[in-house]
Amino acid sequence: MAQLLSPLPGTFYRSSSPDKPPFKADGDAVAVGDVIGLVEVMKSFHEIKAELAGANIRFACDNEEPVMAGAVLAEVE
Amino acid sequence: MLKKLLVANRGEIAVRILRAAKDLGIATVAVYSDADRDSLHVQIADEAVHIGPPAAKKSYLNVAAILRAADEVGADAVHPGYGFLAENADFADACAAAGLTFVGPSGDAIRTMGDKVSARSAAHAAGVPVVPGSLGRVDLDQGRHVLMDTGFPVMIKAAAGGGGRGIRIASDLAEFEAAFPQAAAEALAAFGDGGLYMEKVIGRARHIEVQVLGDGTDAVHCFERECSLQRRRQKVWEEAPSQALSERVREELCSSAVRLARAVGYSGAGTVEYLYDDAADRFYFIEMNTRIQVEHPVTEMITGIDLVAEGLRIAGGEALRLRQRHIVVRGHAIEVRLNAEDPSRDFAPFPGTVTDLRVPGGPGVRFESMLYAGYTVPPFYDSLLAKLVVHAETREAAIMRLVRALKETRIDGLKTTKPLFLALADDPVVQAGDVHTRWLEGWLETHAVRLVPDLEP
Repeated sequence: MAQLLSPLPGTFYRSSSPDKPPFKADGDAVAVGDVIGLVEVMKSFHEIKAELAGANIRFACDNEEPVMAGAVLAEVE
Repeated sequence: MLKKLLVANRGEIAVRILRAAKDLGIATVAVYSDADRDSLHVQIADEAVHIGPPAAKKSYLNVAAILRAADEVGADAVHPGYGFLAENADFADACAAAGLTFVGPSGDAIRTMGDKVSARSAAHAAGVPVVPGSLGRVDLDQGRHVLMDTGFPVMIKAAAGGGGRGIRIASDLAEFEAAFPQAAAEALAAFGDGGLYMEKVIGRARHIEVQVLGDGTDAVHCFERECSLQRRRQKVWEEAPSQALSERVREELCSSAVRLARAVGYSGAGTVEYLYDDAADRFYFIEMNTRIQVEHPVTEMITGIDLVAEGLRIAGGEALRLRQRHIVVRGHAIEVRLNAEDPSRDFAPFPGTVTDLRVPGGPGVRFESMLYAGYTVPPFYDSLLAKLVVHAETREAAIMRLVRALKETRIDGLKTTKPLFLALADDPVVQAGDVHTRWLEGWLETHAVRLVPDLEP
């Protein structure tokens, strides 16, 4: 298992807007550079890209959950 | 007079309002999210009520939680501050329905001014010049006739839009014919309302706004502020009075704002915003903000009026105490917004912990902030850390004082927009006041890279 971390503190979002599907669903495979979510910091949105590849992503963080910098967003195999 | 005020906000404006209420002997209540337990507004209020998790929509935008908090502590009034629920007509109505005094105008006045088309109509009816264009919503056929007043380029705007969204610009008839149906379809998709209106594009203009105070019947103005230095439609530097207006135009501008405030039965502090076209020496209404604004202190500095306190007195049932002839301008004031952002890196936000703090002082200097040494700025809300406001006899002296006060200011541990203001104060164009609303963005293209904040450990 490897961890995908948030580089920023803020609010984590799993999709680009409330009416859009999540960038990744639990169980999806992830390639380097894939967007796995957004973190909103002081009203500006930053894409979170996977820095490593893996299979079977499991999110450790819910949509709209507050996160600190370094928080585990998801794990991949 | 109000007895117990709940402030439905956070940050520097919550602190500002709590202070004004305390000065009037009103008991105070703060509300806070999980992220704001250690905030200054919580520390200085007489009581504080927790209202939910960090996300604003679950706390500071949560009407039910705020009304519950007011009920719990027995508050008789709610002040919305700016942002969050400040221009939410339904919230104003909900406060009234719960037997609470909403510090601000009625829900209906907020509604009239919140809708771009109805605000434009209200302004026109009050004899306030509006940007040439359609009086209300138009279809394509009516729109073709409106072109005779506007010429090209013309803006096609969504009636339900706002904040720069839902706008298309056409520079000739062919573009207009093509853009109009597209704009209608986009507006319907984006806002659930395909209604459109039209406005002439005012090329080079200043942003000038008039502060008003009303008691529901009568209204006065407290002169104008100029806020032409903007980035992405966000003001960064505001001053009063404007250097661009002749006495005649100032009088016309300010009295037009009073007419509009009276016409809508405005209550509390509000701001009527205009574009001023220097070349044509004409001003045009753009919108009215039905709340206290971020930049209200510059007006307070030149008039000596406590606008927040006056708003509380009016909400408490007092008639307007001020007569227009008693409101006079003394000197010049400038406010700059110190944000937790790195201006050299496209204003990237920079939340964190204030490791040390030096607050500027001395004559003519005011520092509106919620900062203290050891405070951690949460990442969930806007990036405003402090407003540095200076006042002096002349604009030149105010700029000198601004530089002096900025150099005294240290907010260690965070990157801030301080280098932007030192550079602007040193720029000959700013010193000459020869700016317009799009000037700063052009200037930043060549200057931003040098605006690197010192990051003290």
